[in-house]
Amino acid sequence: MSEIVQSEPFVMNIGPQHPSTHGVFRVKATVDGEQVVDAEMVIGYLHRSMEKLAEERTYTQNIPFTDRTDYLSSMSNNLGYCLAVEKLAGIDVPPRGQAIRVIMAELQRLASHCMGAGAFANDTGAWQTPIMWFMREREKILDIFELTSGARLTCNYMRIGGVAFEIPEDFEEQVRALIGPMRETIADGEGLLSGNEIFLVRARNVAVIPPELAINASLSGPMLRGSGIAWDIRKADPYCGYEQYDFEIPIGYQGDAYDRFIVRLEEMRQSLRIIEQALDGLPGGPHSTEVPLSLRPPAGEAYARIESPRGELGYYLVSDEGPSPYRFHIRPPSLINLSVLKEMTVGGSIADAIVALGSIDIVVGEIDR
Amino acid sequence: MSLATDHWYDFRDLSNLSRVILEGIDKVAPYELAYIVAPIIGFVAAFVIFVLPSQLYVGVYGERRIIGRIQARRGPNRVGPFGLLQPVADAIKLLQKEALTPKVADKALMWAAPVFFVAPCVLLFAVIPFGPRMVFADVPAGLIFFIGVSGLPVLAAFIAGWSSNNKYSLFGAMRIVAMSVSYEVPLVLMLLCVVVFTNSMSLPAIVEFQRETDLWLIFMQPLAFVVYFIAVSAELNRTPTDIAEAESEIVAGYLTEYSGMRWGLFYGMDIGYALAAAAFASTIFLGGWSMWGLEQWVPPWLIFIAKTHLFYLVFIWTRGTLPRLRVDQLMGFAWKFLLPLAVVNLFLVSLERLWWLEAGLGDGMVFAFAGINIVFSAVAIFLWARFLGYRPESIPTRPRLVQKAGGYVPVEDPPGGGK
Repeated sequence: MSEIVQSEPFVMNIGPQHPSTHGVFRVKATVDGEQVVDAEMVIGYLHRSMEKLAEERTYTQNIPFTDRTDYLSSMSNNLGYCLAVEKLAGIDVPPRGQAIRVIMAELQRLASHCMGAGAFANDTGAWQTPIMWFMREREKILDIFELTSGARLTCNYMRIGGVAFEIPEDFEEQVRALIGPMRETIADGEGLLSGNEIFLVRARNVAVIPPELAINASLSGPMLRGSGIAWDIRKADPYCGYEQYDFEIPIGYQGDAYDRFIVRLEEMRQSLRIIEQALDGLPGGPHSTEVPLSLRPPAGEAYARIESPRGELGYYLVSDEGPSPYRFHIRPPSLINLSVLKEMTVGGSIADAIVALGSIDIVVGEIDR
Repeated sequence: MSLATDHWYDFRDLSNLSRVILEGIDKVAPYELAYIVAPIIGFVAAFVIFVLPSQLYVGVYGERRIIGRIQARRGPNRVGPFGLLQPVADAIKLLQKEALTPKVADKALMWAAPVFFVAPCVLLFAVIPFGPRMVFADVPAGLIFFIGVSGLPVLAAFIAGWSSNNKYSLFGAMRIVAMSVSYEVPLVLMLLCVVVFTNSMSLPAIVEFQRETDLWLIFMQPLAFVVYFIAVSAELNRTPTDIAEAESEIVAGYLTEYSGMRWGLFYGMDIGYALAAAAFASTIFLGGWSMWGLEQWVPPWLIFIAKTHLFYLVFIWTRGTLPRLRVDQLMGFAWKFLLPLAVVNLFLVSLERLWWLEAGLGDGMVFAFAGINIVFSAVAIFLWARFLGYRPESIPTRPRLVQKAGGYVPVEDPPGGGK
């Protein structure tokens, strides 16, 4: 038989223009029939040289850059950068500023996971329905961001020493109005997908990351927690007063695509809990400390990390007492999570490769910077 | 048989009207003219009562509106009142667009594939009885004709995928052929059950059987219906099984390189085939134009079209709800799950038919058979799924929750692998 029918692997480009690459990202997949035998990632289509550009601008001017790295979670990126500068310059943030930051970061997590979970459902072939449900809720969060900061996607709301403006009067009311429908939508999405036979066979035991590999590859966020590792920067190295809030870390069972999906949904529930607690105990006082416009931190280096929706987001800054950072480096969770794509896809079929890629929840702006 | 009167104004049976027109022509012109006029009448009638409302308004507009509802959005609502002119606007847009052909494609075949795709769709409706006497071609083996012709578009899709000279298209083409080969087998076996049970291959006769026994075949052959629905949605590339056009995997499958009206023909005829499958299913399983005596009062063709559209609604519903299966899972499902069930069902139906004939029982016996078959279907599906290793309760759908950050938390009770 093998003499008559011969098959040989050929290279198939998935991306840079493909519905499921979540941006301009390319996988050079070598396929043998439906099976993927090799996968090579090609990144850099969205490279904007942000780290180098940042060395020419003042510390405050760099905040809008961070909006544009992970454009689905600009608030978290602002927060990570501001924390790094505050660490470098030794600036304290008033309690009210911290609480607002927490609320914003958790709203951003909800918005980002809405997109992540919805896009993952889309990748498994649930034709647009779950993503549209989640987008409806995400829209409300973006409206709140617009109300607060004037922008929906690139918020540029955090400042060194606090936040840019006081929250508007009806902010609390609007956020509270969002919590109930959001819980319902999470339950709807879960009801539509979690118990669905087709979704289960598509996502269970697909793209499995064993816990050892997850740790060795330095994964973070839902990718790491999906493999059953209880690790969350908000618990392990609290910032912005996360230690005051009562929430739990969801962890998966065996590290497959399905685990990562249910971990994301549960994280959304925990975020809602944190938002409720933060709103209940919102302290008064100023929302930020006064910081000189041309900030010149003392010479030294600082690394601040936060739990962004995608994982451990770190900002590393080196100061030479100048008005702009000497070195500005981002640890992007998407890039490091993506590094295991080959292990996840090789041996599976093309359809599994798409599910694996979708379960990472990458944002290409953050990978290429 | 004949429910309606023979007057031309009796719209319960439109064949009267065409007969009267043809007789009128016969009086004033040579008889041969009827050969030209009859198809025109048939075409106009079919277009007005079926193609226009079904293809454009249920298939294009209705599908998009209903999917919009499911997805918490509005759907088309700008062009005309309630967006009703959207199909027209779409067609005009598609006609204006350039139909690109890649340099490396096989131009002749790429041009011909949409034509091959359209032609069988028209043929399919020829054997479907719209009413008591409203059938274009009363073929004695209409069921075989339908199965045979409905296999042809797969060939056209394969030509489209191969001639495009694109890897995504090639994948789509290979997948559609593999699917068709797999799903034709349980489909035909299950239709064989229907043939054995009704003792006929003619579609009007199958409808007549259901009308006489006052029981639709969906109740007498529930398993056949379920398998037919799954197999036909696999063949039609409808969403849980649309692997040949899987958007998130292979862009648009065999349609990747098509644009303009060539793509439009594929799109329109996809709906056409789905409607044909729905019409066939309503004929075979839902009693066709009969509805427990209601056909005396309501035109039977309206009942038939309503059933077809209801069946099509289920296609839309599944499309808006379900994720897509993987290729190997689909093939495995056809061969491991559907095929054994089909064989067992065929055996059971043959026994029932034999018993029915041998014992000389009356028509009331079909109710007993319906009961037996419904119970059998449920039990067979359940047991066979269990036998293949399916354990629904073993899969946790919520993650574990821990309070403190730390290292790896081992799973005490490893979850079962599922199917």
